Amino acid sequence: MTSVRLALRMLMRDWRAGELRVLALALLIAVASVTSVSFFADRVRQGLNREAHQLLGGDLLLAGDQPWDPAVMAEIKRRGLAVAQSTNFISMAQSANGAGPKSLLTGAKAVTDSYPLRGKLRIAPRLNAPDAIAGSGPRPGTVWLDERLTSALSANPGDKVKLGDAEFTVAAVLTLEPDRGANFFNIAPRLMMNAADVPATGLIRTGSRVTYQVLVAGERRDVDGFEAWARTRLERGQRIENLDNARPEIRASLDRAQSFLGLTALLAAILAGVAIALATRRFVERHLDGCAVMRCLGATQARLMALYSMEFLMLGVTACAAGCLAGFAAQGLIANWLASIIQAELPQPTAIPALQGGLVGLTLLLGFALPPLLQLRNVPAVRVIRREAGAPRDGALLAYVLGFLTLVLLLLWQSGDLKLGMTVVGGFSAAVLLFIGIAWAALRAASSPASMRFFGAASPAVRYGLANLRRHSRSNAIQVASLALGLTAILLLTITRSDLIDAWRQAAPPDAPNRFLIGIQPEQLKPVQEFFRSAGMALPDVYPMVRGRLTAVNDRPVSEKDYPDERAKRLVEREFNLSYMDRLPAHNQIAAGRWFDPRNRAEGEASVEEGIAKTLGLKLGDLLTYNAAGEVFTARITSLRKLKWDSMKVNFFVVTPTWVLEKAPTSYITAFRLEAGSEPVLDRMVAAFPNLTVVDISAALKQAQGIIDQVILAVQFVFLFALGAGLLVLYSALIATEDERRRESAIMRAFGASAAQVSGSQRAEFLVMGAVAGLLATVAASAISTLLAQRVFQLELPVNYGLWVYGPLAGIALLSLNAWLSARKVLTASPAMTLREG
Amino acid sequence: MATQAEVLSARGIGKTVRSGISDLVILQDIDLEVISGEAVAIVGASGSGKSTLLAILAGLDTPTTGSVRLDGSDIFALDEDARAELRGRAVGFVFQSFQLLPALSALENVMLPLELAGRPDAQAQARAMLERVGLAERLGHYPKHLSGGEQQRVALARAFVVQPRVLMADEPTGSLDAASGEAVIQLMFELNAQAGTTLLMVTHDELLAKRCSRIVRLAGGKVVP
Ligand SMILES: Nc1ncnc2c1ncn2[C@@H]1O[C@H](COP(=O)(O)OP(=O)(O)O)[C@@H](O)[C@H]1O
Ligand SMILES: [Mg+2]
Repeated sequence: MTSVRLALRMLMRDWRAGELRVLALALLIAVASVTSVSFFADRVRQGLNREAHQLLGGDLLLAGDQPWDPAVMAEIKRRGLAVAQSTNFISMAQSANGAGPKSLLTGAKAVTDSYPLRGKLRIAPRLNAPDAIAGSGPRPGTVWLDERLTSALSANPGDKVKLGDAEFTVAAVLTLEPDRGANFFNIAPRLMMNAADVPATGLIRTGSRVTYQVLVAGERRDVDGFEAWARTRLERGQRIENLDNARPEIRASLDRAQSFLGLTALLAAILAGVAIALATRRFVERHLDGCAVMRCLGATQARLMALYSMEFLMLGVTACAAGCLAGFAAQGLIANWLASIIQAELPQPTAIPALQGGLVGLTLLLGFALPPLLQLRNVPAVRVIRREAGAPRDGALLAYVLGFLTLVLLLLWQSGDLKLGMTVVGGFSAAVLLFIGIAWAALRAASSPASMRFFGAASPAVRYGLANLRRHSRSNAIQVASLALGLTAILLLTITRSDLIDAWRQAAPPDAPNRFLIGIQPEQLKPVQEFFRSAGMALPDVYPMVRGRLTAVNDRPVSEKDYPDERAKRLVEREFNLSYMDRLPAHNQIAAGRWFDPRNRAEGEASVEEGIAKTLGLKLGDLLTYNAAGEVFTARITSLRKLKWDSMKVNFFVVTPTWVLEKAPTSYITAFRLEAGSEPVLDRMVAAFPNLTVVDISAALKQAQGIIDQVILAVQFVFLFALGAGLLVLYSALIATEDERRRESAIMRAFGASAAQVSGSQRAEFLVMGAVAGLLATVAASAISTLLAQRVFQLELPVNYGLWVYGPLAGIALLSLNAWLSARKVLTASPAMTLREG
Repeated sequence: MATQAEVLSARGIGKTVRSGISDLVILQDIDLEVISGEAVAIVGASGSGKSTLLAILAGLDTPTTGSVRLDGSDIFALDEDARAELRGRAVGFVFQSFQLLPALSALENVMLPLELAGRPDAQAQARAMLERVGLAERLGHYPKHLSGGEQQRVALARAFVVQPRVLMADEPTGSLDAASGEAVIQLMFELNAQAGTTLLMVTHDELLAKRCSRIVRLAGGKVVP
């Protein structure tokens, strides 16, 4: 017990003496960055699952062709779940105003007041006016029309519209219907009305095609319980949907953000490890004498070890706890920023991230502080009389390796991203080894006899400095490597970071397409292109589109029953949009396999989007059979593609070479950008090509861009942690040899060297070290960033020439500053003072 | 002389170290007996092996041959940890380079041996001891803010605060100017007399040695008459 108290006292004393601050700060930063990132990732993951339910408008969707049994509704109520209902049918809508009636087939959706349960409706007072969230659906007697229907019927808010036997007032333009989904095709323009008005239309009679939907939402457990209950009671024509996949373009952005964050946390943790190792080494060197004295005063080896271990443990636990708190606060801030994009409320964080952060902290402490600390145990007491009697170094390397490996495992667990983790860890380990090797070689070369003759001729100070380099080549190499490491991190986090982020923004640039044009017939291709030209708009890429149903995989007929996954079920139930092309579009990337072989005419080839292949369990080499309007064709999967969903370009899940699908009934699709104010062009287009459908995706695009902007903001915040860790490494590397240098300069001074000679020799030594460190850091930073951009983020990174100037300059500047500062300290103190303190 | 009065006895102490390819003999066949209350000076030229001998007598270093009994125990029959405990109980040290812990204040430096021994009244005792060496006003000061003489007085307080049976001092004035050296020596003899401690002091200063009750001369690693 007295030991605990004594250890605590030692902790306070060492803390007061400033011996432990770097160490504690490094631990705090590591733990805070790991916890904040994983707190955040944890909550976003949960939030995204909820977010996905916006696509349903609730957590669970029951759909059937008959009204739902009151027993089902009673059960929902009994379980305390929220409920909303909608009735969907196709009918002709007629505008009753202006120059002659217009009419159009619409998809009517009659909703109860509680609709939607997840997500929000958005409406605008008129076409192209800014929109806002609507609290609930249309009031009785009014309807909302989507943009397509508003312009097709020329029925603006205030006008009258007839549906069946009833007449309604148009109250708003419907701009966003959360559960409309990303499937823009095949959907008639929307008319939304109040459920209470359905009987008045007289449209629902036996035999009319109506879908009755019931939306349910609530606590996960309750919803799951109800789903299990309801599934056993499903009748013919009824189904249940629960969706687990969010919109791909939003998921792409958040995935990328998670990678960024994961990377940052990894970097911060590893850098903190380095800072901790350096700081502890310094601590140990400064405590060797004290330990020897304590041995003289009767402390046993075991006692000393127990005292110092306890001291470090107390410090570690405190710093880790503070780190967890800081991480928790940081993730709260980030979550606040993101609250607007993740519309569902973020769930409360779980305790796992705190556990992960704490474990990372303790691992850092054990792995990086314990090995050097163990040396204190071996301090011979006789050191009090003979100073050279140092501590034998033993087994430290093994302990470091073990610590590093444990840390790597923990971080991989935390990031959950093997590829990113291995890239960072592998890159880091390689860099450290290379840095030490190259630094050693470079320092030896700089201080070789030849270089001495060349540079040293100028002054004895330079000669002495270069000689110093050689004498200290081992510890200098380690110092230069640590400096280069810190600098690499800082270059990565400052210069490269902005490059990466610019590249990321370019993924959904401000000039991204905001309209899809669907249903262009082959004979309309030329006229449509002509239309674009005459309107002064850029000619967009046009893609052929064939609708087909997947009927067999490897000659086995597919049935929705084969797929337990709801999404997969729906995918095989429906027709796919297929396309054919001979060149890979720029915004697609081959993830596995190879692109089509143009000489292969023997067998059809297919390239499938990675995600859908996974959902449907398709692999390279599988033979797909499709039926496109009666035309059957087969194609073997020869590649999997990655799509940039957030680019808002036209994307297809499955494509084949042209010759395979050419003969199937084809229409064309394109995406283009309509600048604000050019809406009249759209009217002319619709008038010229009445069969074409224009789909407005600007809301979705804006959402994607907004998400990227906010996520970037959040990411930058976490960058600060890594930056802090990098600065700590730099600082601890700089002061690592300060004591020794100070003693040496004092000896030089004692032997009569002038102040100028001392600082001159230090300057020569530091100049070489700074240049080597800066150059190493530059090479490493540009290599790592290129690797990251290509492998992890799938972004194109332009070459940054500035890096090659700033990097080496930063190294030299840093060490020159350090030389100046430490020289000032030594030169102003008397040699006797310095020697005595030493 | 009575055996229970014998505090320290060394028999046939030899120390040889390997340096490069040849063996270097530092100490050779040294016998020494010190009885309670004695003040013994070990003198000799620089490099004659005085510090090495002192380190062996205190159990800080191990001899190549011979044995040492300290306060009734054969110290080299004990393991290093047991020796450390014996030192903590029976021996106080004063060194040429003071060896104060730089992160600790004067008071804390003096408290340290008491704290290591688990004594609850460490602070009060240390304070009283510092008053006795005339540093009552400097309790909270750090070593780097104390003069050499003051630092050595703190070291004396640290050595005497545990009331050791033997005080071992290695060139206690070696880093001090004449005046402060003399003050430290006077204080040391005073404390020694008050506590009845046995004193074993290494010095190359003949005048200082003469103030002890007995002188042991060392030359080339051997005791010379
Ligand atoms: N472990 C050792 N290895 C090598 N030489 C040593 C060792 N210990 C002491 N010496 C040498 O033995 C000699 C005696 O040292 P020391 O006892 O410090 O002498 P003194 O204190 O009388 O000046 C010196 O030459 C010293 O360098
Ligand atoms: Mg000596």
